[in-house]
Amino acid sequence: MKRLHLPLLILLLTGISLGIFYHKVWNLGFPVLPAQTTDNWTVEARVAFESTGGALTARLFLPHEPPGFALLDEQFVSRGYGLATGMDADNRAATWTTRSPSGRQVLYYRASVYQLQRSLRTQPEYPGPAEAPDLDEPYRAAAEAIIDRVRARSADITSFATVLVRDMLSAADENMGLFLSQNTSERERVAVAIELLAGARIPARMAHGLQLTDRGRDLQPRTWLEVHNTREWVAINPNDGSVGYPDQFLVWWYGDGDLVELSRARNAQVSFAVSRNFQDAVDTAQQRAKLLNSRVMDFSLFGLPVQTQNMYRVLLMIPVGAMIIVLLRNVVGVQTFGTFMPVLIALSFRETELLGGVILFTLIVSLGLAIRFYLEHLKLLLVPRLAAVVSIVVMLMLALSILSHHMGIETGLAIALFPMVILAMTIERMSIVWEEHGAGDAIRQGIGSLMVAVAGYLLMINPYIEHLIFVFPELLLIVLAATLLLGRYTGYRLSELLRFRVLAGRSRP
Amino acid sequence: MKWFITPRELRRQGVLGMNRRNTHMIAALNPRSRYPLVDDKLRTKEVAIGAGIAVPELYGVIETNHDIRHLPTIVGGREDFVIKPAHGSGGNGILVITGRVGGQFRKASGLLEDLDGLKHHVSNILSGMYSLGGQPDRAMIEYRVRFDPLFGQVSFQGVPDIRTVVYRGYPAMAMVRLPTRASDGKANLHQGAVGAGIDIATGVTGHGVLHNGIVDRHPDTGAPLGGITIPDWGHLLELAAGCYELTGLGYLGVDVVLDRDLGPLILELNARPGLAVQIANGTGLLGNVESIDAQAAQTALGPAARVAFMRGLALRE
Repeated sequence: MKRLHLPLLILLLTGISLGIFYHKVWNLGFPVLPAQTTDNWTVEARVAFESTGGALTARLFLPHEPPGFALLDEQFVSRGYGLATGMDADNRAATWTTRSPSGRQVLYYRASVYQLQRSLRTQPEYPGPAEAPDLDEPYRAAAEAIIDRVRARSADITSFATVLVRDMLSAADENMGLFLSQNTSERERVAVAIELLAGARIPARMAHGLQLTDRGRDLQPRTWLEVHNTREWVAINPNDGSVGYPDQFLVWWYGDGDLVELSRARNAQVSFAVSRNFQDAVDTAQQRAKLLNSRVMDFSLFGLPVQTQNMYRVLLMIPVGAMIIVLLRNVVGVQTFGTFMPVLIALSFRETELLGGVILFTLIVSLGLAIRFYLEHLKLLLVPRLAAVVSIVVMLMLALSILSHHMGIETGLAIALFPMVILAMTIERMSIVWEEHGAGDAIRQGIGSLMVAVAGYLLMINPYIEHLIFVFPELLLIVLAATLLLGRYTGYRLSELLRFRVLAGRSRP
Repeated sequence: MKWFITPRELRRQGVLGMNRRNTHMIAALNPRSRYPLVDDKLRTKEVAIGAGIAVPELYGVIETNHDIRHLPTIVGGREDFVIKPAHGSGGNGILVITGRVGGQFRKASGLLEDLDGLKHHVSNILSGMYSLGGQPDRAMIEYRVRFDPLFGQVSFQGVPDIRTVVYRGYPAMAMVRLPTRASDGKANLHQGAVGAGIDIATGVTGHGVLHNGIVDRHPDTGAPLGGITIPDWGHLLELAAGCYELTGLGYLGVDVVLDRDLGPLILELNARPGLAVQIANGTGLLGNVESIDAQAAQTALGPAARVAFMRGLALRE
């Protein structure tokens, strides 16, 4: 058990981390790559009519759990009207009422929808076999003939509907001619299909929706056929019999009711306008998570004030930098001044840019070292000497800032972001190593620290890693697991392969 | 010589790496509660004296900056002495005074230092400049070992010492550490001292290691490092092995000096002995570690029996 403790812990951490990550990516659609945008559509329905006097009621169907879309947000623009929304059979409806309208009235409904990979629609139960229509001759015989012909060439409910629609479109035989004429509209054709399907006891209904196109104006809803295959509603294209809705088809309402119903008003005109906007994928995912009532968002960084978020954007990278230090020190064997000094230096490189940061760091440390060597002659106590080094580092930073400003090099100003106490400690430790172990060791460790800082910096500014850690902070559990795993690394360090090279070729006595 | 060695070859030779030393040796065998005993050289000295183990005589201790004024009293009329931090590491902060010239003190390097210089050095020690973690420290003034002329030809000033790595009470490997001009009289390998491996069975030195490379002669004196027989070797090993009972540390470095008059003295103990001893002996530690583990699993032995076991092991090889 003791031997398994750490591996199990590591597996557990990795499992939790990947589990949350998977959920957020696949179910909530959080973007794995930075600066991703998602297709958001804003659909606006404009309802115009003329009042005929007296208290007025206008009822508009609204999209409800449209297949392939998530409804992110909706707004109603209707000054002076009372508004109620509710379910009306298969549809959701908005009902506007007002007591004393006059003249031409315009109401707006605006929804923003987001295209999903899967459907959020809850499937109603099977309504039971449809009631056979009561048809007169010769329609009755014709319908039966059509149904028999179709049934002979189909396998199940869906293929029955497909074959029927195709037969209707070719409309070659005289039986079909009884139901359809040359100028039958799409909607009428769907109505006929529903009647014929009812003859085969197959429940079917109309669906009306919009084919979303960017900057579309005055779009007209199109009618689609849905049949119930005893498990779910299947969409059939009334124009070619194919199964399923096309891409970017937003189902608005079901049934043969009209989109708008008015009382004490007339001349209803509905027009749709659509625009596509790209929204930050993270925002969209958040809205969806809210819609799905996901607990994940309760623990999200995005609920914090933006300033705090920006702070965590930096802070969350520190564990990654710390892991790099572990890797470089325990596996590679690079010597550095102080354990985590390079991470702090790397953090300040974020502000100064790499080249400027390396130059400024080298400049400050070497100038500081020179002055520190002079201080050595004054024979000061440790703490006052450290305090003196801190003061000198601050003054050096100021001098470099002023100098670089006069020379027009603006990165010199960012030097103020270097952690001065860390710099002072680095100078102090470097001078002690210099005196006791010689210049070689001191410079080697100094360069080692700088290299580790640069490696940490390059990793920490990587936009992909930063994005991943910020959007999926649970990945830090994997960083933690990796660090724990490295904590058990007892193999040789790369540097030891050099250190013990003289032993190469010797046989064990 | 190849410029690197493969991990496979290192494993075959049983070389102990830094990571393995830290986990399997130090973390597993050295209880943290025992560290103060070896990190504080004053306490080491007290415990060693209590156990009858020979150590250099302590002249005095300075604990506060105020007490620095007692330094001349402690030093008294003594010609030579050593000032060292009680919590020093890696031989840092040790000041060896070999004699007096007028009012001044001669350092091991031959340079002169006045009393103010000594006081400043003590003050640095007290402020924690040489201690692990920089905590305030105490300064010890003690007997300067007059080293045995045995190593006279192979050391440049300073005091050569014999480092024995004691694993679970068994002297696993040993080397003699010889100061060079570059190491400024200090017997520390990373400061440029030469280490020469010692055959556990016979007490005879072999080739040396300098900056991770193998040398056969001392870089300053040019005298051959090998073939020097350490007198009373068995006694010295027993002294080192006995420090296991003293400290309870399973992975221990024992530094012994050979005094001309007093014989072997324990200079200091180290709870984190380094790995260079393997280069000096031209082989890895893990071979002996395995044999010791097997032996220790069978019976618990006293220091003398442990030394006998190791010498027998070395002879068989």
